[in-house]
Amino acid sequence: MALKIVKGSIDRMFDKNLQDLVRGIRNHKEDEAKYISTCIDEIKQELKQDNIAVKANAVCKLTYLQMLGYDVSWAAFNIVEVMSSSKFTYKRIGYLAASQCFHENTDVIMLTTNQIRKDLSSPNQYDTGVALTGLSCFVTPDLARDLANDIMTLMSHTKPYIRKKAVLIMYKVFLKYPESLRPAFPRLKEKLEDPDPGVQSAAVNVICELARRNPKNYLSLAPLFFKLMTSSTNNWVLIKIIKLFGALTPLEPRLGKKLIEPLTNLIHSTSAMSLLYECVNTVIAGQYSCSVGHIKSHLLCVQKLRILIEDSDQNLKYLGLLAMSKILKTHPKSVQSHKDLILQCLDDKDESIRLRALDLLYGMVSKKNLMEIVKKLMIHVDKAEGTTYRDELLTKIIDICSQSNYQYITNFEWYISILVELTRLEGTRHGHLIASQMLDVAIRVKAIRVFAVAQMATLLDNAHLLTGNMQRNGICEVLYAAAWICGEFSEHLENPVQTLEAMLRPKVATLPGHIQAVYVQNAAKLFATILKNQEGNTDSTAAQETSQMMIDRLPLFVQSANLEVQERASCILQLVKYIQKLQQKDVEVAEEVSALFAGELNPVAPKAQKKVPVPEGLDLDAWINEPPSESESEDEQPKAIFTKEEPKHSRPRHTEVDEKELARRREARKQEQANNPFYIKASPSSQKVYQEAPGVEHIPVVQIDLSVPLKVPGLPMSDQYVKLEEERRQKERAEKKKKEKKKRKEKRSGRGKKHDSGPESEEDITPAHVVDIVTEEMPEVGMHLSDDVAQEDQNHLPVRVKICICMFCLCRPLADSEKLPVRSHRAAGAPKSSAEDGEAENATPQEPKKKSSKEKRDKKKDKERDRKVRLRCWKHFPPSGHKSDSRSTQSEGRTVVTFLVFPLPRKVCDIQGNLQDGSQVVVSVIFENKSDSFLKSMEFNVLDSLNSKLQRPEGSGPHDGLTVPFQLPPGVSNEARFVFTVQSIVMPQKLKGTLTFIVKNEDSSTHEKLDFKLHFTCTSYLITTPCYSDAFAKLLESGDLKSSSVRLEGVNMPFHHLLARICFHHHFSVVERIDSCASMYSRSIQGHHVCLLVKTSGQTVSIDAKCDEPTLLGNVLDEIKQTFSQC
Amino acid sequence: MMRFMLLFSRQGKLRLQKWFTSMSEREKKKIIRDMTTMVLARQPRSCNFMQWKDLKIVYKRYASLYFCLGVESQENELLALEIIHRYVELLDKYFGNVCELDIIFNFEKAYFILDEFLMGGEIQETSKQIVNRSIEASDMLQEDDISEWYEVELFG
Repeated sequence: MALKIVKGSIDRMFDKNLQDLVRGIRNHKEDEAKYISTCIDEIKQELKQDNIAVKANAVCKLTYLQMLGYDVSWAAFNIVEVMSSSKFTYKRIGYLAASQCFHENTDVIMLTTNQIRKDLSSPNQYDTGVALTGLSCFVTPDLARDLANDIMTLMSHTKPYIRKKAVLIMYKVFLKYPESLRPAFPRLKEKLEDPDPGVQSAAVNVICELARRNPKNYLSLAPLFFKLMTSSTNNWVLIKIIKLFGALTPLEPRLGKKLIEPLTNLIHSTSAMSLLYECVNTVIAGQYSCSVGHIKSHLLCVQKLRILIEDSDQNLKYLGLLAMSKILKTHPKSVQSHKDLILQCLDDKDESIRLRALDLLYGMVSKKNLMEIVKKLMIHVDKAEGTTYRDELLTKIIDICSQSNYQYITNFEWYISILVELTRLEGTRHGHLIASQMLDVAIRVKAIRVFAVAQMATLLDNAHLLTGNMQRNGICEVLYAAAWICGEFSEHLENPVQTLEAMLRPKVATLPGHIQAVYVQNAAKLFATILKNQEGNTDSTAAQETSQMMIDRLPLFVQSANLEVQERASCILQLVKYIQKLQQKDVEVAEEVSALFAGELNPVAPKAQKKVPVPEGLDLDAWINEPPSESESEDEQPKAIFTKEEPKHSRPRHTEVDEKELARRREARKQEQANNPFYIKASPSSQKVYQEAPGVEHIPVVQIDLSVPLKVPGLPMSDQYVKLEEERRQKERAEKKKKEKKKRKEKRSGRGKKHDSGPESEEDITPAHVVDIVTEEMPEVGMHLSDDVAQEDQNHLPVRVKICICMFCLCRPLADSEKLPVRSHRAAGAPKSSAEDGEAENATPQEPKKKSSKEKRDKKKDKERDRKVRLRCWKHFPPSGHKSDSRSTQSEGRTVVTFLVFPLPRKVCDIQGNLQDGSQVVVSVIFENKSDSFLKSMEFNVLDSLNSKLQRPEGSGPHDGLTVPFQLPPGVSNEARFVFTVQSIVMPQKLKGTLTFIVKNEDSSTHEKLDFKLHFTCTSYLITTPCYSDAFAKLLESGDLKSSSVRLEGVNMPFHHLLARICFHHHFSVVERIDSCASMYSRSIQGHHVCLLVKTSGQTVSIDAKCDEPTLLGNVLDEIKQTFSQC
Repeated sequence: MMRFMLLFSRQGKLRLQKWFTSMSEREKKKIIRDMTTMVLARQPRSCNFMQWKDLKIVYKRYASLYFCLGVESQENELLALEIIHRYVELLDKYFGNVCELDIIFNFEKAYFILDEFLMGGEIQETSKQIVNRSIEASDMLQEDDISEWYEVELFG
């Protein structure tokens, strides 16, 4: 016996221990794999021995090898052997190896249940401890079920060392075996008050994790945690408790209130940044409730975050930005005032900080700063080194500009040039995104088409610059958009022949198939336009030359491998040949050719499809083919690495899915082929070709690497626009100031001497040129699509969102004239410091604008209300840029309810003049609560006139008010719509009304009332309706129309501005324009035609008008006159 | 909670791996690969936080070793940094001015220390003294074991 043991120990002396192994590996750097394989052979020998010490040594070495990436799963059973050793030294090694190597699917785990149970009840606390630690790493549902009871007993063990481990592992048990939660919870709760701080903190940790998953169940523990929070001094524990409260407060607003004080105290007192950060986060999480205390603490948070962002420590900067983005969701304004700081962060060396800053910028843009921010981003795009960050920048720029239907863009020329500049990025993946933006803007913003077409033509002309290295370049996608825009809006092209030539260059054949197809189709559209232009000329050779060019160039596409291209090209080629024949016989064909592409493409509202009635007998849910077999759906959903829910991708990537699907099918097919004895397998080489075939990008093209950034001649620089815009705004401001001064002089010379217009506010900015954003809900059926390409494009375009009427008004410029009286009135009515005034203006960045005199009235009402409604004051939000004294502004509180009204006819698309609908008008009212109090129970009532009535729900009396379906927390605005029935629309109307509401403060609530007037102008009954010149002529000839005219003197603006202004403010559309003379058309909701003939000479503008309703006409003309008298 | 802790050298060699949830070898290898490439690619003087899938990655470099902690998204990044730092302190205390080689040659000790500090992805003990004490006590037990074993050998 003794001999045997001695022999064993001698054996051991020659064994390698772990240190030897590590040293050996380090000494065999060249042939590490070989050395390790010999070591593994040795280990296998050692594991065969009976001596447990040898085995433990071997297992220890295996654990090391496992870390280096070698497979040791074959030794799982030996690990279990070592685990079950009675000696702590070996047991420890065994459990360590198990925790490193075992996972849920390791089958030997089920052999360990009894061993673990034995160890858990071992008299030695370290045996138990080691077993618990190991178990926490590899617990399976089976183990959890079998051992739950033992672990629960251990939670009341005499030794705190065991108790805390048992508490912690309980969380893992709950996850694997949820049934254990209910019986174990009371004991877990007890542990929150355990005398040992370690056990207590373990219990806090576990409950915090549980509460994060399902906060509702743990609300009842809030008082207990509150006590712990106020008594604990351990920051590790405090952070967890505060985090727990962060999960609970959204469910229980009262809790949020209660927490403010201790949290603010902590924020003030703590020096630990981690604790401070957690407190700030929890305060932010509780911000949904809007009490006054919260405003204070919120301010404190923003202050602290600013300090964090300004800190030189990159970590704090990052976290500051992260937390800011959470505030942005609830209180965008308070973040906006730190724009400077966030823009600075874009210059940071650290990419993650830059990305965070970018996220924030998205929520911070306004009309005022959009250009500036984007300019800054463009500079970064140029500088950006890695393509991932640059792509991120690119998508952010587009996101920022296009958010909420281009709400913040005042100058679309600028935006187009930004997009064009972005096309110069080499190697970006987002060509498609840029392309869809170009299409979207060109289609929806009619006024920009001329400019867009010119830009796109230049792009097409310089296409070689974009496609230079197409293989790794997604940018050629923009050519898709360019070609389509040039084709569809070819009437705006300056030199269509040149563009046509560019579209038919041989190089085009190297582009991806779908782009070539668009090229070919749009070349045909372009051809039609050219023919039309050229046929007017006496010389017919030009037209014939163009046809010849088409015939020469198209065969290249007829040979294309892409079916779509081939088909379109051969079809068009035949058509052109036929046209040529006719041309040679001197037959005029242009009219007929362009008829092929006649009709305008209209944006289609997303809801339009719904309006198409489903034909009888069509069951949309029925399967057309047999449903796919079950097996197909099985393999979807790859398992997430962690069991957590996967973050949702904001943009579903269809292509990826398709590729996966393709690969899967290919796999299935191969399988099938392999099993099919009659199938001759392809040789490996052809297989490869097959797999690569589908991508056109594999066509070898010589790459040209251009290190110098490309400057395409003739393309605009967006910077110029920024400058121009700056100048324009300055001019506007100067003019305004001038007028303001004049007004003030008139009113009172002594007052408001230093009244400066202050920081430029959002509403001062007027769009540079009239942008006709298409807003109509489009015709339900029979949309005009110019051809099949257009139809296809419809599918490719981003879904066109119907801009709600209110948005529509946001996009409209506010004429300079409108603001002036308001300002001076305000200054005269209630003297205020200029800064405060500026603040008040800033506080309503989204104030909608609508050009008409009624707004003035509304503003006046605001003023009256200012005086009438006095409320107990609370501390104001800090004025922007006045960080230092933010807590001191104890000025008089105001309840200002912005109350802007725009009557707009509903169903603007229903041009058939349905009298039923033509008598309805929808009024959108934006309620903005500018006070610091909560407004609720709002009731809107209007005194009906004979002509106009507010539509009330059935059963209510004629004087009952309508309840506004929302409440308004401070600083929040919301929109409500009210339907009015109008009998006659020929006269402008004013309706008196009242709004009653309850103002709720922390300690009181009062009932308040506002009086207002709704002003329905005649203009608001007009709908912009396009009219063709021949229809217009017929209308004038019919003789049913009464005429009237008006002269405007001293109009000092270019003619196209004048027209734009009429179009914009009075809903007209230009029918035809010849030099300084233009005909315009509009139509009322009740189907009255209004025709204008506008002529200008010098500063005099004469408008001759015809309408079938003379009163309406007179009023409309008066309104037009008013518009121009104010400018 | 924490998901994993990795220690690796500047050359990307793994020195320690702790997984707080059970995972297959393939998943582990992928994470290790991603982490080493991501962390090593970071510029100096960048912040110590990164976003990776649904996790926050907090890392810090001590001499030639990178400590990398993967935590769930609601965790406090600064606390995670504190955890890393506390672990370094514990190692320092145990080995006495710890260096990479200590961890290479006594890698099981590094695990034992970690197991006394963290468990199941949560902090087990916030007090340094208590952690040190329990490590010492286990080591004593181990030495007892070994001396016992020699006794058996000599007199058995």
